[in-house]
This record gives sequence, C-alpha cells and structure tokens, in this order.
Amino acid sequence: MSAALTLVLERRTALVSGVVLVVLALAPLLGASLYTIVILTSVLAYALLAMSINLVAGYTGLLTLCHAAYAGVGAYASVLVARHLTHNGMIQLLAGVVMGAAVAALTGWIAVRASKTFFLMLSLAIGELLHILAVQWSSVTKGDNGLSAGAPLELVPGSPISLAGYVYWVAFGVFAVFAGLTLLVTRSPFGSALRGIRDNEPRMRALGYPTSLYKYGVWIFSGGVAGAAGWIMTAQLPRFIAPAQMSFHFAGLMLLAVTLGGLGSMWGSCVAAALIVLMQDVVSQDLGGQGPLALGLIFVIGVYVLPRGLAGIGRRARRSAAGHDGSPGRAAGAHDEIEEKVTA
Amino acid sequence: MNPLGWLADNSGVILNGVAMGLLLFMMAVGLSIVFGLLDVLNLAHGAFFLIGSYVGYRVAGETTATWGSFLLALLVAVVLGALIGVGLMLLTRPLLSRGHLDQALLTLGLALVIGELLLLFFGRNDHAMAAPPELAGSVEIFDAKYPVYRLAVIVFGAFVAAVVWYVFERTSAGALVRATVADSDMVKAIGIDVRKVSAVTFVLATVLAVTGGVLSGPIKGVTSGLGDETLLLALVVIVIGGLGSVVGTLVASLLIGLVQNLGVILMPEIGSFLLFGAMALVITFRPQGLFPTVAAVER
Repeated sequence: MSAALTLVLERRTALVSGVVLVVLALAPLLGASLYTIVILTSVLAYALLAMSINLVAGYTGLLTLCHAAYAGVGAYASVLVARHLTHNGMIQLLAGVVMGAAVAALTGWIAVRASKTFFLMLSLAIGELLHILAVQWSSVTKGDNGLSAGAPLELVPGSPISLAGYVYWVAFGVFAVFAGLTLLVTRSPFGSALRGIRDNEPRMRALGYPTSLYKYGVWIFSGGVAGAAGWIMTAQLPRFIAPAQMSFHFAGLMLLAVTLGGLGSMWGSCVAAALIVLMQDVVSQDLGGQGPLALGLIFVIGVYVLPRGLAGIGRRARRSAAGHDGSPGRAAGAHDEIEEKVTA
Repeated sequence: MNPLGWLADNSGVILNGVAMGLLLFMMAVGLSIVFGLLDVLNLAHGAFFLIGSYVGYRVAGETTATWGSFLLALLVAVVLGALIGVGLMLLTRPLLSRGHLDQALLTLGLALVIGELLLLFFGRNDHAMAAPPELAGSVEIFDAKYPVYRLAVIVFGAFVAAVVWYVFERTSAGALVRATVADSDMVKAIGIDVRKVSAVTFVLATVLAVTGGVLSGPIKGVTSGLGDETLLLALVVIVIGGLGSVVGTLVASLLIGLVQNLGVILMPEIGSFLLFGAMALVITFRPQGLFPTVAAVER
C-alpha cells in the first residue's frame, strides 16, 4: 500500500513539474511582459546553477562555494566569444560550458582531495581567487565595470535574435537539455555511486570504487553545467556580466538556497533559486529595497521550520501517509529518499 | 637597499598592517574558538563587527568624539555583544546536531537581516567615526606623520591579545574551554556543564567582535560592505592559523594585516591573490594550520 502511495506521489511530483515546465515554456505566449521574460530567464540561469551545486553538494557531499565562480567563468567566456569571435549563440554556449568544465578541472583536483571540514574553506579560496581574477584582469574583463556582449545572439548566421521572448525560448531549450543531463547523471549507476560516496566514502573505496576519480568526474561535469548557467545569465540583452556574480556573497547565497530547497532534491533547488531571483530583483523594488531582509528572514525561519528543506514538505506528507515517522537531520533527508526507493 | 632605511620609509604602512592585524585578531579569535569549540561556523560574525562600527558612529560621534562618548560606545558594544552572544547561542542550540550547513544557513540569514536592518536605520550612505580628542592628532615617526589613534589601537590590541592568550592558555577556565574543544563528551562525563562553557565562550567571542568593530571605526570608516570583507579575512586567518589556536590566530592576523598593506605597495598586481592563494596552499599541504592545537590535529 505504501509502495502504491509513493508511486502516486512520485507521479504527482512529475505531473506538477511537467505542468510548471509547460507554463514556463509558454510564458511568452501567455502575455508575459518584457520585464517578466527577463526575470524568468534569470530564474532559469539560477535554477540551473542551483542544480549543478546540488549535484555536488547534495548528491556527492561536497559543499561547494566554487560553482558561482564557474558560472561566472562560463558567462565571461560566452561574452568574450560574442565580442571577439562570433555572434553564434551555440558556439558561445559551447565556450561557456567548455571553460566552466576546464576551470573546474584545473581547480577541482585539489578540492576533491581535501578533508571534509576544510573542503568548504578551500572551495571558498578557489572561488574568491577566480573572483579576484575577474576584478584584476581588467584588460580582458574590464574589472569591476563588467563586460557586455554588445550584440544579440544568433542561431542562423545573419539573423540576430533581439526579441526577448525568442531568446527566452533558446535559454529554455538550453536549460532543459542541461537540467535533463543532470537528472540523467543522478539516476545513473554513476549517480548511485556518488550517493554511496556521500554516505560512506571509506566503504565505497573498500568496494573498489575509485572515489576520488568519481568526485573529480562529477566536479568537472557540474562545472560544465554551471558554465551553461553562466551562458543563460548573459543570454538576454544587454548580455552583461560583472565580477559580483562570482563573489563569496553570491556563492554563499546559492549554496544556502540549495540547502533551503533540500539537499538532494532538484526541484527544491529550482524553487529556492526562483525565490532568490524573486527576492533580489522583484520584491526588492516593491519593498523599497528590502529583498535581502526578507531573504534573510526566510533563511532563518526555514532552518527551524523546514529541517529538511522545501523538499521535506512533500516528503513529510508522503511519510505520514505511509505511516513512517521521525525526522532526522537535513543531511539524512536524501538518504531516506534512497531508502524509500528501495522499499518502494 | 638599506633594510633599516626601507623599514623607516615604510614604517607607516607596516604600522597600519599591525593595527589592522590586531583588529582582525579581535574578530577572528572568537570565530576560531567558537568553530573549534562548538563546530558552529558563524557567518554572522562579520555582521557583529559591523554592528560595532555603527555603534561607534552613532554613540561616539561622527565628526567629534569625547572620551566619555568613546568609552560609552565601547560599553554599549560590550553589552550588545553579550546580549547577541546569548541570543546566538540560544538560536544555534537546536541546530547543534544538524551539521555545519544548517548553522551556516541560520547565521548567513542573520547576517543578511542584520546588514539590512543597519542600512534601514542608518541609511545607505557611508559614515565616519571620530576618535577621542587626545588620540585624534598625529605624531612624527621616522620623519613621517602617523595618526596617534592607530598607535593606541596597536597598544590596546596587543593588550587584548595578551589577555586572551593568558586566559585561554594559562588559567583553569581557559583549560576548560580547550578541553571542551578537544573532547566535549569527556568534559561532560566529569560533571561539567558544557553548555555553560559554550555560553561564556559565545559571549566573549561576540563581545570581542563588536568591540573590534567600534575600534576599527575611526580607521576604516563605517560602510555596509565592511562586515563581509572582515568575515572573509577572518576565515582566511582561522584557516592559516589553525582552528582554536590563539597564537596561530594572532600570527595569521598580523601576517594578513601586513600582506594586505605591504602587498599593495610591493606587488600591486598579485597582492590580492596572495591571501587566498596562501589559504589554498595551507589547506592543501598543512590542513591543520600553521599552529595546530591538539584538538585541531585530531579533527
């Protein structure tokens, strides 16, 4: 009975996600204003970045403050390619993804071998070094002034896409592809091994898994996804990126948003990312600039009210319906998910 | 180049580095001990420092201060710090069993709320804070004028560092805190209320941070970005110095104060990379920090 119920609830999650995706895809046709479209594009970028962070933080147990910087690298790469090489949006995307993954590969090898207590600090140092690089290397990045691509992106040479709605659809396609890839990774045997590493690395090593290599692999992959998120950040005109997007402040905000959404829950990450955009860009103007205040209060209240993040709400309903109880900590939340899959 | 002549030429910069390092120490030592002791990563510590700066600006005065108003600002900082420390301890208690990330979520949330409330009350403009009249002037050191206030901060900061070191390393109360850092279950087992130990530590850590904020006011001014900036530097300090080590925190603070001030002069291009580069190197090759405590080694 509980298995059937879990199935029903899982189907419901899939259904809700499907409906949300369809509504998002149709947003330009539903009379959304230019402003709304630009905000929704930001939501897509932040959601993809949050998913890449969740993949390493929630599924692998590597709490990262690097990925905002990797997204920044992807954004800078896209904008630089747009300025100096080609208007082709897909080549810019490729540059963003490759650079995000390459910088993750360069910096990740030290990171994945650090001990758990210091991992967060090391990732902070790496993220901050990249942030400083973006500020200091002003001959390329124009420093704190930020960099703008100047020209709209093209899919077919010679026909720039300047309407925000069409750009949004391109961004939506990119989001769907990379979010889909990320979900595929989490469902693959590789993803199961990552969860095993998160829960008990010595045991996984004893079973013969090259755990460092696995962590390094997912690190590079997530760096590429973050790079794609960076491309989405710079998809809408004026296609602008500044070093603030790579700062410790933003990195911390994103990691904590993922935590608030629920480690190991991809839709929780997306909802939390949308919340950040909403608080920063929309509510901030209505509340007279008090968005960060509201966001802070949400964090503080969320810690107590939602011990397992936004994702815990659905899971709690599922649990009480299935007759389980007990609410272990946030880190244990994702573990329960596996347990449930097994019992289902 | 004559090294003594170089020292004399750059004495102002070096003194700035020392003053900044000692202020950083006041902030970082609490962060380090609380992290070592309670496993609480307090991301709101920078916001506490910022509260101190605003207290200094409002209570001591923006353009002129008297000894009375300056000491009153310090007193307010101590009281506020104690209250905040107790409050933070109560807030983190339900989360102790829940890991770093939940505490980070709470304290970053608090940092955002505090930062925004300060902006709401004091406006978005930057402010200044005045030093007491006797300290407001400057003296001549090696033919260059140097503000008296910074010298006073160096003297006071050195005094605070000495007191913290003495209490932490040489008194039985300090031994209790160190024992709790090393093995809180064992301390509990011999009948000591660990919660009281942590309460006192929390309060002292917060008082030091808020007071440090007041003292930094006349040097660094009062700006909303100061909290984040100081927190970031303090995190570098506790990594380089080693968690829960007073001497390590002091050495690392002075080092970073000097690197920040001298780096700008000696190597303007790479000066800002030095800090985080050093932090990454230390974690990779010497994760216990340069001055490990026994507890930190076992962690």
